[in-house]
Amino acid sequence: MTLPLLEMENLRVSFPTPSGRVDVVKGLSFTLGRERLGIVGESGSGKSMTGRAIMRLVRRPGQQIADKMIFDGIDLQAQSEREMRHLRGARVSMVMQDPKFSLNPVMTVGAQIIEALKTHERLGRKDMKARMIEMLHSVRINDPERVINLYPHEVSGGMGQRIMIAMMLIPKPDLLIADEPTSALDVSVQAQVLELIDELVRDKGMSLILISHDLNLVARYCDRILVMHAGEVVESCAAKDLHKATHPYTRGLLAAVPKMEEDRDQLPVLDRSAWSGT
Amino acid sequence: MSTDISKSHRLKRTVLSLGGFIIVTLLTFIGLMAITFFIGRVIPIDPVLSIVGDRATQEQYDTVRLALGLDRPLIIQFISYIGDVFQGELGHSISTNRPVASDLLKVFPATLEMATLGIVIGVGVGVPLGVWAAAYHGTWIDQIIRVFALLGYSVPAFWLGLVGLVVFYANLGWVSGPGRVDIFYEGLVEPRTGLLLIDSALAGDWDVFWNALDHLILPASILAFFSVAYIARMTRSFMLDQLGQEYITTARAKGVAEWRVIWTHGFRPIRVPLITVIGLSYAALLEGSVMIETVFSWPGIGNYLTVALLNADMNAVLGATLVIGAVFILINRISDVLYRVLDPRSR
Amino acid sequence: MSTAKEWLLDQSPSSKLQASMGSSYRMMRQLVRNPLAVIGILILLILVLAAIFAPIIAPHSPMGQNLGARLLPPSTEYWMGTDELGRDIFSRIIYGARITLVIVTLVAVISAPLGLLIGAISGYFGGWTDKVLMGITDVFLSMPKLILALAFVAALGPGIENAIIAIAITSWPAYARISRAETLTFRNSEFISAMRLLGASHARIITRHILPLCTSSVIVRVTLDMAGIILTAAGLGFLGLGAQPPLPEWGAMISRGRTFILDQWWVATMPGFAIILVSLGFCFLGDGLRDVLDPKQRGS
Repeated sequence: MTLPLLEMENLRVSFPTPSGRVDVVKGLSFTLGRERLGIVGESGSGKSMTGRAIMRLVRRPGQQIADKMIFDGIDLQAQSEREMRHLRGARVSMVMQDPKFSLNPVMTVGAQIIEALKTHERLGRKDMKARMIEMLHSVRINDPERVINLYPHEVSGGMGQRIMIAMMLIPKPDLLIADEPTSALDVSVQAQVLELIDELVRDKGMSLILISHDLNLVARYCDRILVMHAGEVVESCAAKDLHKATHPYTRGLLAAVPKMEEDRDQLPVLDRSAWSGT
Repeated sequence: MSTDISKSHRLKRTVLSLGGFIIVTLLTFIGLMAITFFIGRVIPIDPVLSIVGDRATQEQYDTVRLALGLDRPLIIQFISYIGDVFQGELGHSISTNRPVASDLLKVFPATLEMATLGIVIGVGVGVPLGVWAAAYHGTWIDQIIRVFALLGYSVPAFWLGLVGLVVFYANLGWVSGPGRVDIFYEGLVEPRTGLLLIDSALAGDWDVFWNALDHLILPASILAFFSVAYIARMTRSFMLDQLGQEYITTARAKGVAEWRVIWTHGFRPIRVPLITVIGLSYAALLEGSVMIETVFSWPGIGNYLTVALLNADMNAVLGATLVIGAVFILINRISDVLYRVLDPRSR
Repeated sequence: MSTAKEWLLDQSPSSKLQASMGSSYRMMRQLVRNPLAVIGILILLILVLAAIFAPIIAPHSPMGQNLGARLLPPSTEYWMGTDELGRDIFSRIIYGARITLVIVTLVAVISAPLGLLIGAISGYFGGWTDKVLMGITDVFLSMPKLILALAFVAALGPGIENAIIAIAITSWPAYARISRAETLTFRNSEFISAMRLLGASHARIITRHILPLCTSSVIVRVTLDMAGIILTAAGLGFLGLGAQPPLPEWGAMISRGRTFILDQWWVATMPGFAIILVSLGFCFLGDGLRDVLDPKQRGS
């Protein structure tokens, strides 16, 4: 962890509302090495916007600004839109929540994967197809030749998400942002998909930012954890030290997680008056 | 998912939807005939008088009354009216003194030619405008296109036709004036399809072709203006819907170039719903041609209809209404079916 | 002032009145923030004022002929020139605002309630009533409006009253569709069943409880349709089937000016600008209203 892969300082993302601009991310700072970072928070905490801001994909009329946003020595804010496109997919990639919505419904799966590769590398048709088949094998799709001709609505959610992962990893990025990659999936396939991401990230020596609302899951698959609440980081610690967390919000979240060997009649409700803020 | 099963399933569904298509279309046609029947035989206080005129003798009057079958109950009259229509029997026109059906056959191609060129221009200009407006959503480009599209809902077609004639024909002299061809070209080409551009091209008579195009281009463009407005507006709204989808963000996250994001990921999925819009506006152009044809003395069905209206020639009016209505319904139904057949999500 | 605003924008209103006034205030604020909608409101305001105060605004009589002043170009005396009978075109357009206003108001007053009622009955009773009524509605909807109106006028005879009737007959089906769709969303809701249990008659439930709930979406649609109604009425006038001379109806004025279009362009073009302006006003307002009432259309 000598040279950080990503340095973020004081990131702010804001959206206009009838009563003026509202910050959804309020001054977020962190550094990321070759590691797996988890960002946890409830919906509306700004965690997804953080993921998008790293790729400069916050949509109009949203705006993002940071004091410093440096990826592998490249100042992301100084890049032109064209230069950003060369980074997206090729160096930084993103897996999104629900394959039902994040895959184009009227393009075949194969065409969408090939597009990701074609955008960044010049390869012959045969080589491209070989790369795609190989990639699909590595996300445990057994009959890729059949799958590439299917439309997204013809595959299951779990397979859709594996296709999404294959599509995002095929140009071999350095950083993968996984934004709630399993929350739209059946519980039974959630673990498979996460194991797969974990394995691929380790194999290829990538960094990972895993965004989730699920504290346990993040603790299991990440080295370090940021807990976000209302656009701010309230807790930052190593995953193994999570039980030592000090902030009342984190403690509240931890207390609300059910455990196997316990016998509680009622799970506690977050007492929001315990910390400052809303 | 065995392919055999899905194939036979698809065939069954196609047959079913085809049957449904025919039944619904037929019912709509009968509804259309009920309306024209109602307009022709029920609303006028005395349909006989509206045919023979008030100078007719009692004898003439009685003959026509019997010929119309007006002594029979309404429902019987309606059924025999449906029978007549399906046999192409639309009555006699008092202004041309010919059967209405053969009149309509003669004038319809002229309208078809104008509306077809109109829709080609309309799609060619309207779709890119709509995509452009959506891509620049919320900017001044979007606003200008939006106002331009709303103008299409606010400008009277006949007025725009008049202004177009004054500016482009009388003042600038860029195009030829009213009518389909100059008088000395008239009747030179043997009418095979009735579409003058195609007939003259088939005959290899390029003088007539260019002259006809010169006459056609202004009314067709003015007609097109209205479909540009509608198509651009709908394209913009479909595109905005698409560009808000998650998979657009996916494409951007892949690093795909912006024009490709817009045309491949944004535009491709809306081609199918656009077919319906284009069908609707093609049908609307047939309707809009009534006003344009009047202004441009274009010998099409619209002109025929207005001349008949002014002469109180009810058979001709109802015949023309029936034909325009039938074509309108047919185009709508076909675009509806195309939509269902072409959308990969419905397979 | 600021307290009134706070009261209106209160996130947790304490009464039904405060809630409904608050939501209308928010809608108004949103509407006013849309520049096109504001322009639309201004245009329509001008139309109404012109119609009411026509005798005061118009510098000349709309009917008075002055053959000595035939076909004069626009000048300080005659702002938009004069027509073939020496009548001041500007004054005629001002008086024409009355005719336009009467036409759109009457068409709306006839067709909107008719459509509302048919749609509500269709949705409320369902079954065969619904099938038959919607079948008729669909036949009308699948017909070209202008052609249908032309055919009706042909049968009824030319004239402004018949033009209004013909346009109204062709406009109601769209409103029936909308109000049926709205009715279906709450036909089986608790409060309707409660009314039934209390012994309210069908007629009472439809008129007191269902119709009011369908009204707002129909109003938006009527506003959007206004431009089309004005164009159809002007078209009928242009063809000589609507308002008859010497009424200063804009479409009929264009028709008269057609003869002189090459040398005296103002006779035919000026009324056209009036039609465009008023239609645009309705379009802008309708567009703005829809943005406010139907957030789905607003885009991302």
